[in-house]
Amino acid sequence: MSKFTRRDFLKTTAGAAASGSLGVGGAMWSSDALAQGHWTPEKGAKLRVLRWKKFVQGDEDMWLANTKKFTQQTGIEVRVDSEGWEDVRPKAAVAANVGSGPDIIISTFEDAHQYPEKLVDVTDVCDYLGKKYGGWYDVCKSYCTDKGRWIAVPMGCAGNAVVYRKSQLEKAGLSEFPKDLQGLMKYAKALKAQGCPPGFALGNATGDGNSWTHWIVWAHGGKMVDEHNNVVINSPETINALEYVKEFYSTFVPGTLSWLDPNNNKAFLDGQIGLTLNGISIYYAAKKSQDPKLQELAKDIQHANLPIGPVGKPTELNLFFPMMLFKYSKYKNAAKAYLAFMMEQGQYEPWQQAAIGYVTQPLRAYEKNTVWTEDPKHTPYRDAMKIMLPNGYAGTMGYASAATMADFVMVNMVAEAASGEKTPKEAAERAQKRAERYYKV
Amino acid sequence: MNNRFLDNRNVLGLLFMLPAAALLLVFLTYPLGLGTWLGFTDAKIGRAGHWIGLGNFDDLLNDGVARLSLFNTIFYTVVASVFKFALGLWLALLLNRNLPFKSFFRAIVLLPFIVPTALSAIAFWWIYDAQFSVVSWALTKMGLIHTYIDFLGDPWNARFSTIAANIWRGVPFVAICLLAGLQTISPTLYEAAALDGATPWQRFRYVTLPLLTPIIAVVMTFSVLFTFTDFQLIYVLTRGGPLNATHLMATLSFQRAIPGGNLGEGAALATAMIPFLLAAILFSYFGLQRRKWQQGGRD
Repeated sequence: MSKFTRRDFLKTTAGAAASGSLGVGGAMWSSDALAQGHWTPEKGAKLRVLRWKKFVQGDEDMWLANTKKFTQQTGIEVRVDSEGWEDVRPKAAVAANVGSGPDIIISTFEDAHQYPEKLVDVTDVCDYLGKKYGGWYDVCKSYCTDKGRWIAVPMGCAGNAVVYRKSQLEKAGLSEFPKDLQGLMKYAKALKAQGCPPGFALGNATGDGNSWTHWIVWAHGGKMVDEHNNVVINSPETINALEYVKEFYSTFVPGTLSWLDPNNNKAFLDGQIGLTLNGISIYYAAKKSQDPKLQELAKDIQHANLPIGPVGKPTELNLFFPMMLFKYSKYKNAAKAYLAFMMEQGQYEPWQQAAIGYVTQPLRAYEKNTVWTEDPKHTPYRDAMKIMLPNGYAGTMGYASAATMADFVMVNMVAEAASGEKTPKEAAERAQKRAERYYKV
Repeated sequence: MNNRFLDNRNVLGLLFMLPAAALLLVFLTYPLGLGTWLGFTDAKIGRAGHWIGLGNFDDLLNDGVARLSLFNTIFYTVVASVFKFALGLWLALLLNRNLPFKSFFRAIVLLPFIVPTALSAIAFWWIYDAQFSVVSWALTKMGLIHTYIDFLGDPWNARFSTIAANIWRGVPFVAICLLAGLQTISPTLYEAAALDGATPWQRFRYVTLPLLTPIIAVVMTFSVLFTFTDFQLIYVLTRGGPLNATHLMATLSFQRAIPGGNLGEGAALATAMIPFLLAAILFSYFGLQRRKWQQGGRD
């Protein structure tokens, strides 16, 4: 399914439409919750779903096609709206606050922990899916459970991986991408010498900035808070991380302090940088482009998981997506049926394929989805959920962890130390003070 | 009976004012009051707040980023406003002359003002891009520089770059308003001044400027208010980066209140802008519009 074209898409939808209209839809999905009638939709149910706007076209096309399939099988009308991913969070908060809005909101990170009392308990949906599809990864529980009950259904995460170029790796005399930080530093220097340096966002880039700065600090054993939510960012481990970053930054392409989320994509596709951290969207853009130059580049692009630091385990931060069902919804059963339906194999796997793995599954069974193996370049993204740490690590999630991230405390600290604006010690002290403001509550 | 009631001028006046008053109350007074009140609470998005008095303000005073944003905002406003005034006045004086294609020039001058800010900000984002800047590209091709200019990656560069974009956008507004003011000045005054042997500078200083002052006061008040509360430009160009060097109070207020969820603190930051805005308005009304000042006298 790697070449999921518009025509395939039409076929899928047409197929679904035909089966729906012939009334054999139920037979096709007989093992699904929908057919078994786990959740009887309310009479005249209509659903409104708000989700983040696609990063890759295939995602949106297939999500809507699956939704249409749901409508055809159940008669429940579903309206899907999408907003830029950073705008969903405030909208969800407002919906929670005023008690009206979309029935289901697919948001980001620890949103479910910001207003757990406003969300419908979806333990039944998650238990059903978990049992059927090999269980949820641990990080899902951190993001979506509160006091032992599920308050959101994990949709997956936008995985990050190191994006680099095979030809440059070979030129640097390496056969595989470095697995530790020393190796990474050496490679970064080699790339700079080759004239195609690394570039990692250090501006107030909500996605890319947060992902890599959290990783590098965690990799050295630094963390914003300990298990009891005491701020401990000003630690020798953090300072080590910042010393590392300072040297690492010296190999970067100029201007990364100003970089927002799109900059590394543009610079990589233009061949100005040879190493960055990103979702699969750079590769997707190159692969789907008609430009022969970009198609060449796509062949040269490789992905790898981030190297492991002194802590000895992966320490990635990926963009997590919880699907929240709000208590004000009038059609809770219909909504649960929809959530379960979208996560069933019949829908979830084709959806992942259409997005060539932009979203990594929260359920272990989907590790076997062919999308991860049909192109070896997709494989590193398969494990995004398995190897990530929750935001606000190692404390608990909630208002403070969300606010600390939104205020770019980690990103600013790393940027200050990297640019030499502050010494690593000063930067860590300042981050400590800033984070304490949020964790006091 | 009914008719007589409606014939009463006072009753009728009150009735006619009611819709406007209701609109002001619902769409202006209430949100402003609510915003101010929120600034004194610890409201979070999704959670109602409790009154905490000056807690937020105290907290912001001790917050380095908030203090930096205050400095940035004042710096941004002062520098941008001075340039907008100087360039705007200059442009207005030029346009007030008898140029060929006068109306054409007057129309295109307004262009930067007509383009939606978010769009022009995106254009500037490309112009200032660290890798794809057309300015850097052109200068490199001309051999004037060898490395691309880091427009938005260096704190001071970023401040000046955003100010330049703001000036570009704000000059037309000042220029067109001042031009309108210039055209209300009767030519006879200039003729009289010329007969008295006034130099061009004297004509400007003693005829144009005093008569233009009321307009300048209004225009610059608006300009300062717009600049002080600028949001879109910064949000598109830098999101307040690098290292929070371009965070204005408005952008920081949004960052804290909406993505950060701390409605109370964000509202407090926004409320903290009000005294500065009031000061600007009061200065213009009680200072620049004072007749004595306009006539070159002193108190």
